[in-house]
Amino acid sequence: MFLGRVIGSIWATKKYETLTGFKLLFVEPLNSDKKVIADPIIAVDTVGAGPGEIICYITASEAVIPMDVEMAPVDASIVGIVDSINS
Amino acid sequence: MVLGKVVGTVWSTRKDENLIGSKFMIVRHLNLDLTEKESFNIAVDSVGSGVGEIVIMATGSSARQTNITKNKPIDAVIMAIVDKLDISNSEDS
Repeated sequence: MFLGRVIGSIWATKKYETLTGFKLLFVEPLNSDKKVIADPIIAVDTVGAGPGEIICYITASEAVIPMDVEMAPVDASIVGIVDSINS
Repeated sequence: MVLGKVVGTVWSTRKDENLIGSKFMIVRHLNLDLTEKESFNIAVDSVGSGVGEIVIMATGSSARQTNITKNKPIDAVIMAIVDKLDISNSEDS
């Protein structure tokens, strides 16, 4: 699981069918000091995160689990909105 | 997933027999301002994308979670064609 910040969103009408209804957001990976540590990725939003919010996301094929669909070609999904970080 | 642009296709007759019928696209990775990076993937298309289109690509074992890549030696799949991007760099606390 990783920390990130939502920095934008993507509209794609033509996408794999099990993704319909899911928002796709741009996330910039952060460290615990909220510094950007890698290039932005695209993640499926399953918690209703908005631009600017600090979130946590999971990668690899586990990213499909919160989507509750049988199969989806997704390798990153947002699973939580962060209230505070003490590190 | 990563943002990409389809820049070409790859034809291969001698390949793993599980890959027969799969169409391979060359997908160049993009920065958020849509400028091309050096890196790219060879990906299978699952949504009918063509050369020149801005797409989204999933990599790793998630790429096998479609009905056309299931149980195949494929680690990258094009799963969406981008209509519009909205980048808002509003800083949170």
